[in-house]
Amino acid sequence: MEILVCVKRVPDTSENEIEINSAGNDIERDDLVYSVNEWDNYAVEEAIQIVDKVGGSVTVVTVGDDESEEVLRREMAMGANNGILLSDDAFEGSDGKGIATILKAAVEKGNYDLIMTGAQADEGAAQVGGMLAAMLDYPYASLVNLIEAGDGKLKVGREIEGGNQEMNDIEMPCVLSIQTGINEPRYVGIRGIRKVASVEIPTMGASDLGVDAAAVGAGAAKVKRVDYFVPDMGEGAEMLEGSTEEIIAKLIEYLKAKGGLK
Amino acid sequence: MAEQVFAYIKHDQGVADDSALELIVAAKKIYPDASVTAVVTGAGSDLDTICNEMAATYNAVWKIDNDALAYPNAEVVRKALVNILPADSIVLLPHDTFGMDLGPGLAIKMDSAFVADVVDIEGIDNGTLKVIRQEFSGMASAHVTCDISGGAVMNIRPGVNQPDESKSGGGEVVDKSGEAGDLSTKRTYLEIVEAEAGDVDITKSEVLVSVGRGIEDEDNVEMVFDLAKAMGADVSCSRPIVDAKWLEKSRQVGTSGQTVKPKVYMAMGISGSFQHLGGIKGNPFIVAVNKNPKAPIFQVADVGIEADILEFIPELTEAIEGL
Ligand SMILES: Cc1cc2nc3c(=O)[nH]c(=O)nc-3n(C[C@H](O)[C@H](O)[C@H](O)COP(=O)(O)OP(=O)(O)OC[C@H]3O[C@@H](n4cnc5c(N)ncnc54)[C@H](O)[C@@H]3O)c2cc1C
Repeated sequence: MEILVCVKRVPDTSENEIEINSAGNDIERDDLVYSVNEWDNYAVEEAIQIVDKVGGSVTVVTVGDDESEEVLRREMAMGANNGILLSDDAFEGSDGKGIATILKAAVEKGNYDLIMTGAQADEGAAQVGGMLAAMLDYPYASLVNLIEAGDGKLKVGREIEGGNQEMNDIEMPCVLSIQTGINEPRYVGIRGIRKVASVEIPTMGASDLGVDAAAVGAGAAKVKRVDYFVPDMGEGAEMLEGSTEEIIAKLIEYLKAKGGLK
Repeated sequence: MAEQVFAYIKHDQGVADDSALELIVAAKKIYPDASVTAVVTGAGSDLDTICNEMAATYNAVWKIDNDALAYPNAEVVRKALVNILPADSIVLLPHDTFGMDLGPGLAIKMDSAFVADVVDIEGIDNGTLKVIRQEFSGMASAHVTCDISGGAVMNIRPGVNQPDESKSGGGEVVDKSGEAGDLSTKRTYLEIVEAEAGDVDITKSEVLVSVGRGIEDEDNVEMVFDLAKAMGADVSCSRPIVDAKWLEKSRQVGTSGQTVKPKVYMAMGISGSFQHLGGIKGNPFIVAVNKNPKAPIFQVADVGIEADILEFIPELTEAIEGL
């Protein structure tokens, strides 16, 4: 099975305090720790496990700048066979549809049976997979937490409300967005990264892909972020201050009053 | 003519989803005078029940009755909507596992703009709609504009709009089933596999000590049980703890886990994502302990403590044991 996994380099929200810059047009990017979008790691792991079982290859692709190459390398250290970087000044400022348009062109350059994305990334939009599928006219299933490979089709479980699982048959080629917890992504050490450090990763721009520069980028985006802002937090929590002993004493009073201690 | 907005009504076994009465509120934030049509798909008598119920709230109800829609497989629903909705429509969906499945592809097929997880709507200016979204796990809010001149699909975050209970719609049910067209798809719904029950039923717990990614390591989970024991509480958790297989799924609080209604909820090293908060009901007294003073959980907690849980939890446990 030929599998393409779409990945994204994102600020690691479990490692960073996200601050808005003084102009309000971006977050403070200095000193940010970046990593592969959490959901994408599960997608790449799943792709590798499928290929281990039924044969084929895994290609990872990202739309980004030079720095995005590091996430491709990381996923290749996990076991993906190939990486492709889609990069062009014309891609900058793309909305979800723009990104899906670029990825669609990359899909059409290959011969993939299965395309995977993470269920969502740093914008929390959960949109690129579904858009890509619709553009390709492939069937789509989101939030997949189980995949069983069959003949020309897959059996997939979608994780829905309450942790229940919606089982579906889906014909290939198809697009799946992957939910966390589907597997346990393997650990990648420094040695693994070193092994793929010198592997050639091709870069493709708009003209290589045959993407009309006017159909992507900021100019084509119907959805645009105007600014970041700090919302009026309202009351918020009463922050307990003082020494640890004082804080604990206050907290215990509260817990007693609210029925939190038995 | 009043501007037309469509709201897709989710329902299950004759009961409308909470989002049903929320989407009309979102629609009126776009156009205060909007004529809002509820779109209800399904099959059989449940469908009529829901349609009649929605007619009380919405200005019109479009019913699409077809056996292929008995289960809301987003791929099938998408085809029906593309065939039935007018071009340039504004379509509202809940940003839940169904809306995520349907919205992005629907927007492509209707050649309209798509905005996901809208938490508020500021209004319209010259064909451009301004909405509020959150990024980076709720750590940054953003104003986003959307060119709706060619229509739009918008996924609205559940729970952010107060339900419209006024029943001032007075709409009529229009049967649009004949226009559904070809509904064949390459994805076939099979069945629902229910989540497994665990050894503790956290939905019945009065006091929960809930642990999140801030616990950092599997070995540290033990200290959470020690605290819970001292308090007479049960242990629950956020999703990453289950993903890492440190605790069983039945202890997960949130939209894709359990809905809990304790008296007291202790969020330890949990950032406060909307999917997590969506599982906390009944307005409990929430205590949040987090080392990041800007963590979104502090916006919803009653009492907050900026601390490292790895140090704070053992100290609190000791203090409670000494009472
Ligand atoms: C469709 C869908 C459904 C989902 N369903 C659920 C669900 O049911 N339940 C759920 O929980 N999530 C769910 N999620 C995931 C959700 O979006 C968040 O990713 C998740 O809730 C984050 O969990 P967390 O707060 O533990 O981790 P993080 O967001 O990583 O937060 C960790 C927090 O710990 C703090 N911290 C770190 N170290 C320490 C320390 N030593 N001391 C104190 N604080 C520390 C950090 O400051 C941070 O605030 C769902 C996502 C999707 C897409």
